Parts: sequence; structure tokens; C-alpha cells
Amino acid sequence: MTPDTVDHPTGTVTGSRIGPRSETALLHVLSLGGTLILSAGLVAATGQSSTMMLRALLDGAFLAPGRWGNTLAVAAPMLLVALGMVIGVKAGFFNIGQEGQLLIGAVAMALVGTRLQGPGPVLLIGGLLLAAAAGGAYAGLAALMRFRRGVPEVISTLLLVFVALQVVGFAITTDWFLRDLDPDRPSQAVTSAALPGSVRLPVVTVFGNEFHVGFLVALAGAAAVAFLLARTASGFKLRLLGASPNVAQQAGVSVARAGGAALFVSGALAGFAGAVMMAGGASSARLTAGFSNEIGWQGLLVALIARSRPLLCIPVAILFAALRTGAGFLAATGVDRKVVDVVQALLVLALLIPPAVQFVRGRRRTVGTADVGEG
Amino acid sequence: MGDIIGALWEIVSSPTMYGSAVRLGAFLAFAALGELVAEKAGTINISVEASLLAGAFGGAVAFSVGGSVWVGLVLGVVAGLAVSMLQANMSHRLTADQFVVGITVNILVLGLIGFLTASIDPVAGRAGVVKVPLLSALPLIGPALFGQTWPTYLLYPIIPLTWWILYRTRWGLEVRSVGENPQAADVSGIDVNKRRRQAIYYGGVLAGLGGAFLVLGQVGSFDTGAVGGRGFIAIAAVYFGGWRLRGTILGALLFGLADAFRLAVPVLGYQINAQLLAALPYVLTLGVMYFITKRFRQPAALAQPFVRGLR
Repeated sequence: MTPDTVDHPTGTVTGSRIGPRSETALLHVLSLGGTLILSAGLVAATGQSSTMMLRALLDGAFLAPGRWGNTLAVAAPMLLVALGMVIGVKAGFFNIGQEGQLLIGAVAMALVGTRLQGPGPVLLIGGLLLAAAAGGAYAGLAALMRFRRGVPEVISTLLLVFVALQVVGFAITTDWFLRDLDPDRPSQAVTSAALPGSVRLPVVTVFGNEFHVGFLVALAGAAAVAFLLARTASGFKLRLLGASPNVAQQAGVSVARAGGAALFVSGALAGFAGAVMMAGGASSARLTAGFSNEIGWQGLLVALIARSRPLLCIPVAILFAALRTGAGFLAATGVDRKVVDVVQALLVLALLIPPAVQFVRGRRRTVGTADVGEG
Repeated sequence: MGDIIGALWEIVSSPTMYGSAVRLGAFLAFAALGELVAEKAGTINISVEASLLAGAFGGAVAFSVGGSVWVGLVLGVVAGLAVSMLQANMSHRLTADQFVVGITVNILVLGLIGFLTASIDPVAGRAGVVKVPLLSALPLIGPALFGQTWPTYLLYPIIPLTWWILYRTRWGLEVRSVGENPQAADVSGIDVNKRRRQAIYYGGVLAGLGGAFLVLGQVGSFDTGAVGGRGFIAIAAVYFGGWRLRGTILGALLFGLADAFRLAVPVLGYQINAQLLAALPYVLTLGVMYFITKRFRQPAALAQPFVRGLR
């Protein structure tokens, strides 16, 4: 990982006229401005108006009645996925298969909710827990491959996404698994049955905006992860492992055990996010082929933008969710909703630039002054 | 049980399957050869997926505008190269984490092409089949290797060319040295990150060509799901091959065979659940990586960023 902070002890004697802080601000303004210009250019290239697009995005995300509740409901799984990503990155492991782990979690939730009988709350909580376990186990496969055989988790988690997509396809087309056999189902599309009303997350209503409690759970999760990483022994172990595996090992931290735990928790949060989507009524609380709606990838980007700071993930997740829900209003403007995906990815790339530039410049300064000192 | 073995034999012995295995394997081989060079330089380039997709899209668009397969292949290369330039300059000039850049570039290119296909619908076509005289008459392997669409044959000179570049040129030696011991390479005056960028460009060129080959030499149409994670399978082929050229090609062929098997089963009238079959190449890849990764020594500095003065 690139270090977060720029460390250049001799920076003051280099003759650079702007201080590091205003340099940071300037670089951020430049790179974010560049993103905006690129995005607007892209929209203009297809002959549409970007001010109308912006207006539609704002309406769809916040301003139109009931919309910001939707935004928060979408932000919940994104935030959960992002928190899982944060835990992995802090421990030095790069689980990027959240999209797959989320789907496996959704399968587990659908299985419990539509195939088991019992009181609603019991099924709901059981489903959420099973989903977390399933998502964790799915990431655990990658951990197993990593620590027993040295297969990089970057590749195995990605490949597992494509397996998970087929697992979902298999589940919803197989009678004994999750396929909806009800002849009166609303559409001809192959899906699972809908989760019964009693197995849904409770809904909070604030100022006419409805969102499910998943968002509050995710907020609590962010606080918990922040606390875990900053204030507990296991959090310290994880950060030590991420900062320097050798030092961690010498301090008695088992790389396989701590790293495996980090990957498991990372996957469990993604699996939990899938269950939250399901029980929160995403895609009519039915498992479908496109169920994940790329929330797994989005959550990953959220963590990258937030530079693995759990609390910073909250506003970023809301921003990304807003782009998603806002995109629902784009059809009227003639701009394809995929523009949002482009803007999000550009944003991540743009925000990678300032710290990297400062790091490179900082290195040059120290190397340069060191040469002078020795001469 | 006897039935299953009989069915397997019928599938495995059908000559059409070998033809499609070579086509699918060739697609992976283009990408895997480029990835091999990138990994020899010490980088894992997961945006090979994006390069493939960009190459496929670029090839399809150029074909529908220019009307020629050649134009399509050239633009495919340009598109693949452009993606790898974004990747390489972000990760090996600006020293952003290569996996962060890679996954983001993958998402960016997928989104961008999804956005563009809403307004541009490229109508691709397929290059003609050229049977190589004499060679295509060889039993069993003849039609599979030498009775393909002509862009397939571009792969055959690229294999020895890549070997020659990696093992018989100064550039190749430097690429391998920055993958094995970047500190030593740096001290001896090699610009480590520059060589790594160039190795990634090489990967982008071949992946772009592979993507264009997929559309113009194999499928004949473009779809945003056309690549569908096979860039990652190409990376796995490099691992399978133990970072050697021959092994990498063998890996690409093996995974191509799995893909061909998946496609041949329903054609021959056997009923296996379509989703399980579709998962087969990925599951096989994961299994192969599990059993094979530790058996070979990887480039010593694989996936380790290089910053002068930092270890």
C-alpha cells in the first residue's frame, strides 16, 4: 500500500514556495475538477446537457419526495461492504470479491427466509447471521488458498465472484433450491420467491422518508470497526500485520490466523450486506440474476475513496448511494445511467493522484537534499 | 457410470471441440503472454481484464466504421494499450497501489463501455477462415490449429517473438531483473519503474489484440459481458505455467479446453445444468491454482512496488 502520509523531514529547505497543506488542497481541487470536466465532457459528447443531468441526479437522490430514504437504504449495504474492505486492507489483504460474497449472503438469506418455517424475527436474525457466516466462509476459501498454497487473494476472490454469479443462477433455476414455484408470481422472470413480510427489516420513517434499519446497523458497524481498529488489541494486531508482516510475525502474530480472520470478517460483512439488501426489500425481496446490482463493487470503491478510514466511509457511501438512486431519474434526461459508474470510478482514480504526487515529490526532495548533504 | 464415461469420451473425442478449444485458448493466450511479460517485471496487472474488454470494443467499433478486420485489430491494440497506459502510469509512475488502480480501471472501463454502447451499437463481423495448405490436413490437430479464422494465426509468431524479447534481448533481461531484484537493477542503472511500465504496455498491446481477436476472429459480435472475467483466468494461466512461456501457453490451452467442453456439452445433446457448466472454467482455474501455485518459484519481487531507497 502507498503510505497515507507524506513524510519528508527536510521539506522546508527545498525552496518550494507552497506549504504541504495548501499543496494538498490544490492537488485535490485539480484532480476533482479534472474528474468533473471529464464527466461533463463525456455527457456532452453524447449530446446531452450536464446541468440537466445534475438536476436529475439531485432530484433522484435527495430532493424528490421520499428519495433520501431510498438513498440511505442503498447506502447501508455499500457501507457494510466498505467496512469489510477496510478491515482487509488494514491487515494488508486485498479482498476484492465482495460482489461474490454479497451474493452468497443473499442466497443464504433467501434460503432461510423462503424455505424455513418459523416466527419472522427468528428467521430474520437467523438469516442475517447465516448470511454473514456464508459470506465469511466464501472469503475463507480465498484465505485457505492464500495461506496454505500462496495463491494471491486478489485473483482468487475475483474468480470466486464469477462462481458466485453462477451459484445464484443455479439457485434460482433449481426447483429444490430457491426457484419460485408459485404459478401466480408477478413476472415470468426466473427468481426466488419473495421473502415473506414478517422476515423483512423494520422500516423507520423520518419526515416522510422511509428507510430500513439496515442503515442504522451499518452506522453502528462503522463505529464498531473504527473502535476495533483504533482501540483494541486485535485491531492493533491487524494494523501491525498490515504495516509490516515481518514485525507482526516477530511479535507473535500468526499471519495465517490473523490474516485469515481479517479475510473472514471482510467476507462476513459483505455477506451480511447481501442479506440486508434482501431483507430490506431490494429487487422486491427476491433473489434474481442481477440481484447484487454492483453494490459489492461500489462498496469496494467507497473504501478506496475513504482511504480505509471507517468513519469516512459513511459520507462516501451516502454520496455513492446518492449517485445510484439519482441515476434512477436519469432516464428522463436521455443520459444513460451507466454514466454514474464512470463518474464513480473516475473519482477513485482522481483521488489516488494527490497523495501519490505528494509522495513522489516528497521522495525527490529528501533524495535531493540527502545528495547535497553528503557532497 | 458407463454412460457418463461414454458421454465424456464422445465430447472429448469430437473434433469440433478441439477447434473451439484452440479458438478459446488462443484468446486466453494473447492475454496470458502479455501478462507473463508484465509479471516477469514484477507486476500483477489485473486490469488485463479491462484491456481485453477495451480491445474487444475498440475492435468492434473500428470494424463497424472501417469495415475491415485489419482496422479492427489495430484499433483493438490501441484501446488495449490506452488502458494499460492508464494503469501503468498510475501504479508505476505515481506509485498508487497496483491492485487499487487495477480494480478501479476494470470498473471504469466496464462502466464506460456500458455507457457508450447505449449510444453506439457496434455491428461486428467475423474474419474469414483460412485453411493453411498441407498443415490443416494433419489428422486431429490439423483442422484445430490450422483451419481457423486468420487472426488466430497472429498468435503463432507472437509466441516465439515474446520468448525472444524476454530471453534474448537486453530489454527482456532488464525486465526480468526488475522482477527479480529491483534494488540491484536500480543500482546498475536501470529505471525500474520505467521497465515495469513498458512491460505493462506490452501486456496491454497483446490484451487489446486478444480482445479484438475475440470479437473479430471468434464470436463475430460484441457484448459487454464478452470477456466476463477471463482476463483473470489469463492471469491464472501464467501462474499455472510457473512464469514460463511454454507453461503459460499450456495453461491457456487447458483453460480454453475447459471453456470448449462447457460449450460442447449442450451441443451434443447432454443435459447438465447450464449454470454449473458455466462455473466450470472458474472452478477449474481455482482448483488448478490451489494445487500448482507453490510448485514454482515466482519472480522474487512479484507484486512488490519499487520506490528508490525504500524496501
